[in-house]
Amino acid sequence: MVWRTEAAIRYRQRWKRRRLLYRALRKRRQLTPVIDRTAQIRPDDILAVSSVRNESARLPFFLEHHRKLGVAHFLFVDNCSDDGTDDYLAAQPDVSLWSTPHSYRLSRFGLDWLTWLQSQYAHGHWCLMLDADEILIYPHHDTRPLPALTDWLDRTGRQSFGTLMLDLYPKGPLGTQTYQPGDDPMQTLCWFDRGNYTIRKQPHLQSLWIQGGVRARCFFGANPRRAPTMNKVPLVKWHWRHVYVNSSHALLPRHLNRVYDEDGGEETSGILLHTKFLPEIVAKSAEEKARREHFANSALYDDYYDALADNPDLWCERSSRLTGWRQLEAMGLMSRGNWV
Amino acid sequence: MNEGADKGAGVGIVMLVHTAFDRAEQVARHWAASGCPIVFHVDRAVPTKAYNAFVRSLSDLPDIRFVGRHRCEWGTWGLVAATQAASEVMLRDFPNVRHVYLASGACLPLRPVQELIDYLAERPTTDFIESATTADVPWTIGGLDEERFTLRFPFSWRRNRYLFDKYVEFQRRIGFKRKIPNGIVPHMGSQWWCLTRQTLSAILEDPDRKVYDSYFRRVWIPDESYFQTLARLYSRRIESRSLTLSKFDYQGKPHIFYDDHLQLLRRSDCFVARKIWPFADRLYQAFLTDQDGAMKRTEPNPGKIDRIFSKAVERRTRGRPGLYMQSRFPAPGREINLTCAPYSVFEGFSDLFENFETWLARMTGARVHGHLFAPERAEFSDGQTVMNGALSDSAKLRDYNKWAFLTNLIWNTRGERQCFQIGPRDHIKGIEWNIAMDPNAQISVISGAWAIPLFKSNENFSEIRNKAAFLQHTERKHLDTLRSEWSKARIRIWTLAEFIEAPMEPLQTIIDEIGKHNQTGLAEVPKMADLTGFGQFLQNLKNQGMHPYLMGDFPVAQDQNEPQHTKPKPYLVR
Repeated sequence: MVWRTEAAIRYRQRWKRRRLLYRALRKRRQLTPVIDRTAQIRPDDILAVSSVRNESARLPFFLEHHRKLGVAHFLFVDNCSDDGTDDYLAAQPDVSLWSTPHSYRLSRFGLDWLTWLQSQYAHGHWCLMLDADEILIYPHHDTRPLPALTDWLDRTGRQSFGTLMLDLYPKGPLGTQTYQPGDDPMQTLCWFDRGNYTIRKQPHLQSLWIQGGVRARCFFGANPRRAPTMNKVPLVKWHWRHVYVNSSHALLPRHLNRVYDEDGGEETSGILLHTKFLPEIVAKSAEEKARREHFANSALYDDYYDALADNPDLWCERSSRLTGWRQLEAMGLMSRGNWV
Repeated sequence: MNEGADKGAGVGIVMLVHTAFDRAEQVARHWAASGCPIVFHVDRAVPTKAYNAFVRSLSDLPDIRFVGRHRCEWGTWGLVAATQAASEVMLRDFPNVRHVYLASGACLPLRPVQELIDYLAERPTTDFIESATTADVPWTIGGLDEERFTLRFPFSWRRNRYLFDKYVEFQRRIGFKRKIPNGIVPHMGSQWWCLTRQTLSAILEDPDRKVYDSYFRRVWIPDESYFQTLARLYSRRIESRSLTLSKFDYQGKPHIFYDDHLQLLRRSDCFVARKIWPFADRLYQAFLTDQDGAMKRTEPNPGKIDRIFSKAVERRTRGRPGLYMQSRFPAPGREINLTCAPYSVFEGFSDLFENFETWLARMTGARVHGHLFAPERAEFSDGQTVMNGALSDSAKLRDYNKWAFLTNLIWNTRGERQCFQIGPRDHIKGIEWNIAMDPNAQISVISGAWAIPLFKSNENFSEIRNKAAFLQHTERKHLDTLRSEWSKARIRIWTLAEFIEAPMEPLQTIIDEIGKHNQTGLAEVPKMADLTGFGQFLQNLKNQGMHPYLMGDFPVAQDQNEPQHTKPKPYLVR
């Protein structure tokens, strides 16, 4: 009987995947190319896709960091920025840019647009899906560029790479910090929660569901179930048949979600340093609360936005100070596995 | 002495190349600069265009040859055939060669080539080939060791794993066994060897070579056994080790060296290492151009690298016990220790003793929490609201995933023993089993001690009666869990009556087991609650129809503080 349920799940998931691909196909008309440099993409290049809105402060460092890691081409979708994000991106030599005025929420938080771009350009490439406030690091990232990692994943027969999203925050009220575009955000945001993550398994997607971190501690104490999901699978050897289900937390087909070991061993994994809490968050929160574009059931998150708009101090005496990947690896927030 | 004849006269390099041709060329030039002749074999899967470009790029070197191309798929005969062909050319065309060194395009000489030449010249009759009988090697992958030599493997392990496995299973079931020709004893070892002309030519010119070839053609991974086995027939002196430093992971795939391994490789004193990541510019730069490094004529010493890589394998296969994270989430039952370090759980002690927590902290130096799973909040030690790792004391966050809360606490405080209280009021439903099944848990229970706070309380008796009934019911079920045959924790259970007869001995045992301060006796005892009238209190409960039994027998009128002279009976489960 177990196999029958299993087969039924698999069948449903297959249709779900097809439905999502079809959705992306329909949404392609919402995208207008601004500048298309995809002809530069060479067969083994590592790509990054992202949808952005008013991220001109974060993008300079974001691009610099991931270029240095070895991302060869960036595919961006700009969703009605009015702070010059679009011009900035269009001027970058390794960026292709599309724009759309349509709803972010109705496009499954940008996923439909990105799925379309991935199906067109990322097939056969290792592809990163990141938000502009996410900085990917992994063991040895300071000495081994991304192609070293993806070569090694290829050799060990893996098609996806799992990460934990680590919320970084400053010491002191969020809004009173200073940050200039292009600065290393980790100079301002150098604190994090190291040991309050909870994990459960999502049997249907065979993925893990990790919650916790500073947002759960400070904002979701009354309703932990609503706390944000902290695990992501941002790096995938892409096939046009693949599709992300919700943000980059989980994918279909399901085997791509198996980025963890269930026999007690450790797979190699990384961390997305989450620079959400730069000073501008305080002003942005009020705006996002009004836009209602970030959660399917936005009203439930009003308190969260209110708390953020209140310019809180997230630091506590048990916060840890970020020093580098070796520290995060030793704390068990990521693992080098057998990639030494 | 004739410089030209001496230079590189002894060592010829057979190089198998299938990718990263620019690096192969760079390394080849490095070998050639010391006068080593090189015979190349390029995988047939390489496109002709790339192959021709590679041949052209090396055309200015004098002593090089290219041999007919075979398809070299991992684990197949092609690799051996390629090696044979290249070796034949080497022996035929370069009569000065005394040792033939088998290398690949991803091999990198770590020491000056002249040192290798000198090293081999001093050992003119020694064959360096790792060669061990199947029974004696731990590195077999896929559970196949001697069966590599007795079964047939028509299906590719890489591309057709299902058929491969099924066919192996089938052969096992029908008891199929291939005959090993001429009674040779199969040996295995690293495929990267360095053989003398005598041994190598004896293998290649063996009158029975046809027999051996057709046998090994169908052995699994023959490149790890063909030369390793046949060298045993002819070699005068075998050093069973490879001069090429090459580490393998638990799947049998070679580890790769990157720029950050530079110091490690330098200190290894090995002659050649593989595999090098083709884009590790710093390594190639350091080892191929910087020739005037200190000429240390020492034996290779890969010990440190060995340790690092075997640790890596352990990290990948066993991980850090007690750690739950995004790439390690053991399924239930796959791991023995559910947490990362020993901890102690006390039930009833803080009810019986007024200052138990502070006393225990003083006696053991451990961190002693209150009721971590209390309904109101997690009572961390010293009234803290956040613990190590920014673990919050919020009851809701804790109850959202209690087991994660506990494993996080133990993980975050590695190096410091954790002790905490639990009782029947606490929210422990759902994790009782985990704690009971965790060998790291030391659980000490005084059953029925929950009655003492009730006894001291100023509530109406009917309320007390209801609470007592509830707490007794909860604790009884909890004790059933602890006494279950599956529990693996170190569990001791006393009834309250038993315990107060002679409290010192159990306390001493528990503290010795926590084991920080090994004193001869307890310097100080915790203060026990005054139990005068407790027997009457229990009798009153009975009179109300609620039958308290978990605390053992308390006579109605007796001074309970007077210790009895009967032995306590500690109840020890495993």
